[in-house]
Amino acid sequence: MLSFEPRQGGPLTQIATPLLAVLATVLAGAVLFAFVGAAPFATLETIFVAPLTNPFQRSELLVKAAPLALIAIGLSFGFRAGVWNIGAEGQFILGALAGGAVGLAFWQVEGWWLLPLMSLAGMLAGFLWAMIPALLKVKTGANEILVSLMLVYVATNLLSAMVAGPLRDPDGFNFPESRLFHDSATLPILVEGTRIHSGIPVVLIIGIGAWVLLSAHVFGFNVRLTGAAPRAARFAGVRPGAMVIVCLGLSGALAGLAGTFEAAGPAGQLTRDGIANNYGFTAIIVAFLGRLHPLGILLSALALAVTEIGGEGAQVVHGLPAAATDVFQGLLLFFLLAFDTGTRYRIRFATRRTA
Amino acid sequence: MSELLEIRGLTKAYPGVLANSDISFVLGSGEIHALLGENGAGKSTLVKAIYGLVRPDKGEMYVRGHLHEPTNPAAARAAGIAMVFQHFSLFEALTVAENIALGIKGGVPGPDLSQRVRDTANAYGLQLDPERRIGDLSAGERQRVEIVRCLLQSPRILIMDEPTSVLTPQEAETLFQTLRQLAAEGVGILYISHKLEEIRALCDTATILRGGRKVAECQPAELSAHALAELMIGIELTRPAPRLYIPGPLVLSFSGLEAPSPDPFGCPLSDIDLALHGGEVLGIAGVAGEGQDELMAAIAGEIRTAPTAITLEGRPIGGLGPAERRLLGLMSAPEQRIGHAAAGEMTLAENAFLTGRTRQRLTWNGMVRRSTTENFARAIVKRFDVRTTGVETEARALSGGNLQKFVIGREILQRPKVLVVNQPTWGVDALAASKIRTSLRDLAASGTAVMVISQDLDELREIADMIAVIARGRISPPQRNGALSNEEIGLLMEGRDAAHAVV
Amino acid sequence: MSPAGARALRGQMIVIGAALVVLALFADVNGIRPVLLYASVIAAAQPLVFAAIGEMVVERAGVLNLGVEGMMIVGAITGFATAVGTGSALLGVMAGALGGATLSLVFGVLTQIFLANQVATGLALTLFGLGFAALIGQSYTGQTPPPFPRVDLFLLSDAPVIGRLLFAHDLLVYLGIALVTVVWGWISFTRHGLILRAVGEDHDAAHALGYPVIAIRMAAIAFGGACAGIGGAYLSLVRVPLWSEGMTAGIGWIALAIVVFGAWAPWRVMLGAYLFGGVTILQLNMQAEGITALWLLTFALFLLAVQASVDAIIHGRGRIGLVVFLWAGTLAAGSVAVFAPITISSEYLSMAPYLATIIVLVVMASDTAQARLRAPGALGRVFRPRD
Repeated sequence: MLSFEPRQGGPLTQIATPLLAVLATVLAGAVLFAFVGAAPFATLETIFVAPLTNPFQRSELLVKAAPLALIAIGLSFGFRAGVWNIGAEGQFILGALAGGAVGLAFWQVEGWWLLPLMSLAGMLAGFLWAMIPALLKVKTGANEILVSLMLVYVATNLLSAMVAGPLRDPDGFNFPESRLFHDSATLPILVEGTRIHSGIPVVLIIGIGAWVLLSAHVFGFNVRLTGAAPRAARFAGVRPGAMVIVCLGLSGALAGLAGTFEAAGPAGQLTRDGIANNYGFTAIIVAFLGRLHPLGILLSALALAVTEIGGEGAQVVHGLPAAATDVFQGLLLFFLLAFDTGTRYRIRFATRRTA
Repeated sequence: MSELLEIRGLTKAYPGVLANSDISFVLGSGEIHALLGENGAGKSTLVKAIYGLVRPDKGEMYVRGHLHEPTNPAAARAAGIAMVFQHFSLFEALTVAENIALGIKGGVPGPDLSQRVRDTANAYGLQLDPERRIGDLSAGERQRVEIVRCLLQSPRILIMDEPTSVLTPQEAETLFQTLRQLAAEGVGILYISHKLEEIRALCDTATILRGGRKVAECQPAELSAHALAELMIGIELTRPAPRLYIPGPLVLSFSGLEAPSPDPFGCPLSDIDLALHGGEVLGIAGVAGEGQDELMAAIAGEIRTAPTAITLEGRPIGGLGPAERRLLGLMSAPEQRIGHAAAGEMTLAENAFLTGRTRQRLTWNGMVRRSTTENFARAIVKRFDVRTTGVETEARALSGGNLQKFVIGREILQRPKVLVVNQPTWGVDALAASKIRTSLRDLAASGTAVMVISQDLDELREIADMIAVIARGRISPPQRNGALSNEEIGLLMEGRDAAHAVV
Repeated sequence: MSPAGARALRGQMIVIGAALVVLALFADVNGIRPVLLYASVIAAAQPLVFAAIGEMVVERAGVLNLGVEGMMIVGAITGFATAVGTGSALLGVMAGALGGATLSLVFGVLTQIFLANQVATGLALTLFGLGFAALIGQSYTGQTPPPFPRVDLFLLSDAPVIGRLLFAHDLLVYLGIALVTVVWGWISFTRHGLILRAVGEDHDAAHALGYPVIAIRMAAIAFGGACAGIGGAYLSLVRVPLWSEGMTAGIGWIALAIVVFGAWAPWRVMLGAYLFGGVTILQLNMQAEGITALWLLTFALFLLAVQASVDAIIHGRGRIGLVVFLWAGTLAAGSVAVFAPITISSEYLSMAPYLATIIVLVVMASDTAQARLRAPGALGRVFRPRD
């Protein structure tokens, strides 16, 4: 029999586990592709190598990784404290809707203040959308996992209704999409010939800020304490309700900001498929792969961006469905969770002897 | 007296600890045999081996001459062995009958079983309603469930693990009668305890364990409690010197304190009036689950109450949170060390920050002052003799006694005006327990008001100036330690009025 | 049955009855044949009945498997693929059960043996399941599965009204009712059911008594997976019947909410599934008929009001304010719906099942202070055996 004894994991195991998980995922993925009849190595090459060798795709990595990292950093605080916001996708959509709506409201109005205003609106919308599960949890005890998740479906429908209704492009032949944002409502491109926009450095700054918050600030201590021992946290003076509200609010606001960046950046307009692209769910995996650590998340967001871009490439080249990427990401999380046991426990093969 | 159980050379090692080393003894039919030893002496490992929960590394066991090698408790039960655990293996949300059905082979709850439960309980003078939910029962009633569950299997050998730690003195006396009745019927009883007086009163033979080894076998009735204690502990313990009781000014007071329980099966507090003075140790006696946890939560600030229900030096604090109360000098140490008083997966330094952050000024503009925090943790470790490799060690790596010294030391070093501790020496080895008691007395001597909540009446007799009793969420008026007899305290523990009993 | 249980059941019957009467009346007014509507409600509810009853057993064993959605969709595609391949819908259902159970065992191994966090693992299961099903299913899009055999109980199904109501459903509907009955009897009255509950209440105590906690939980997890798989297969073989990517559309998550709504009791869980089936069908009909969402709100409030009144009267726990509020709300929403009909786009109607789920979670959560409605004590906690 296997038995597990708790142990204090060193920094090396903390880094080794995600790498091992990635390796195992690649191997399992190869088997899976062979199983469904795709050429394993060619497919793997398209998914994992091509995004790194092609210069345009390399720049796209940053474009994809930025929203993933931003959402995941927000989620990581809650996940550490046992506050399970599974509805970041909904908060992301609301952020895109609100930020986008502000941009459209000031259509053709020029001004440096417009982007900050849109960002603020996006953060506020994400925050408020996250407050629904937070307040219901605190006031009535309703499960925040299910409520936040249900709100994703509500948000998706809301987005569809909005782009087909009030926010529809009046000159758009009735297509369910908004106008294209004008220049003042679009994130400036930083590198000519790519889609690298000014939101990306903002994400980097937020990541570093979150690291300081988590490791050196009292709030970070309270979050870690709540995760390690909820009763001890109450004893220390952390109010569980406040923790739920702050964690959900923080992740909602960051997901909302990511939504605004997505709308005002790569998407350039509001459409259902352009915005509701499952970043909110992928970010959950990013958060775990990054070990719920802000710097780890910046790296793991890049790794997941590789699979996202590679997955798109595999659709074009090998005719794989978009869902193949999801399989990869699900597998990655499986392996990560399994290998994680190795960092938290010392695994023994118990030698049982009869007397 | 025929041999029921024989243990020969039993040895069991855990990584780093030799829990049992070459232990042998014999239990006869109709015998009440004590296993005596302090925490960590190896009593639990030994009985777990007999009950099939632990497999020994070496040695043999024989039940009525047959080799006994149980691979699980079911095998042990099949051999006629039953065990009543110290921490009951009962399910709070299930009924008495369902719990009993789970404990006997092939048991299915229903009218037949309920009738058998009633019959057996009555035969041994135990009151029990099979349809009640365990969560609604007192600790003493829960133990009855465990005992009846064992008796329904007509065991030949009954193992009792620290059975009186949850009982009032009266309940303990009832239990002894039941056990004597069983012994008279030929059952062999293995009785685990560290309470010397009850072993002298109840047991025929005693095997004394220390550090995993058998150090003596004796007839306890023929030895003094002091001699037994020396055998058990190996060194002479210093008892605190007798002292004068001169209460200082009123520090902490409760008036009409009411608080709900956060636990659905908990015990809400009602109408508590109490005063705590500087320089005194107030002991709160009571059996488990009578509102101690809730009292602790209300004092620490985990449960908020009406502001004026609790006052500290005249200032209403019932509406304040834990951090604010600490800043005012009200410190506390709850019963559960890992997970409540300390976070097991966090380092000692981080655990020092846990309660020390405000009063020790361990933050600067919201940031954690790391080196100041580490120095504070080191000071605790040094002053209270906490055995650890350093303050970066995780709390869960410490032994119970060492962690408890750290937890209580953490509060004492912050110079509290009031210190409230719940079960300060529960599960702690005798040496550490003695040190903790001494430091609590010293703290009171320096003028601090100390409240000790404990289920161990002997402990309170030793260190308290005043004793009050908590029962069903109410607290009796404090009396001078020694003013009440054990019997009177026992009645109060059952929620009855001792004054009536005296008359 | 205990008197309290009988009272609770009577209360539920009243609520179900009220729901059915209103549905029938409503449908009649709008020119939909109530009997047909009723049949479609049953069909819409059936995947939920299976998934929720399976998850209820898992949770009674103390395990929170959030991967229901993933197991359902895997059941849907394995069932669909097998049915298309073999030409037998029944074999398809069995394959669906097998698919769901296999995936659930991944969850079982990770959480029970590798001690992984149950919430995270459940999520991984859903993400993986959705992707895996889509990968397998890409070649099945657009195909039609073999028809599912209907059960004709002698001539009973031809009897007017009653025949259509009770005796003209597909086999799985009866299987579902049988499953709920068996689970209820098994959990409440048998020794093994008792052991399952004990493991779910306190795994340490169960371990101390010598019960194999991990093995019992693995079995429960596999059962839950098989049930979710059948629910998924029902979706792709009977209810729709077609395969499309992501066709579960959150039903697995709603099943989790229904377990909470049902307070971990089999009959209440089934009732919850039927109510949600009702909301879904109503919503679809309203989309088709262009009826205002206010009717839906009226209906939801009406059911809540009936439930609250029943609780107040039968169980004697009076929350008169709530009862009055709910009836007033019903009346208000109903009057606005009659006198000021506002048409509303289909997107808003599509939100209905999800909003209803949130309402249910909130109503139930404020009720769970009562021990009767408590979640199993060890739900979601990691069990690490120590000797």
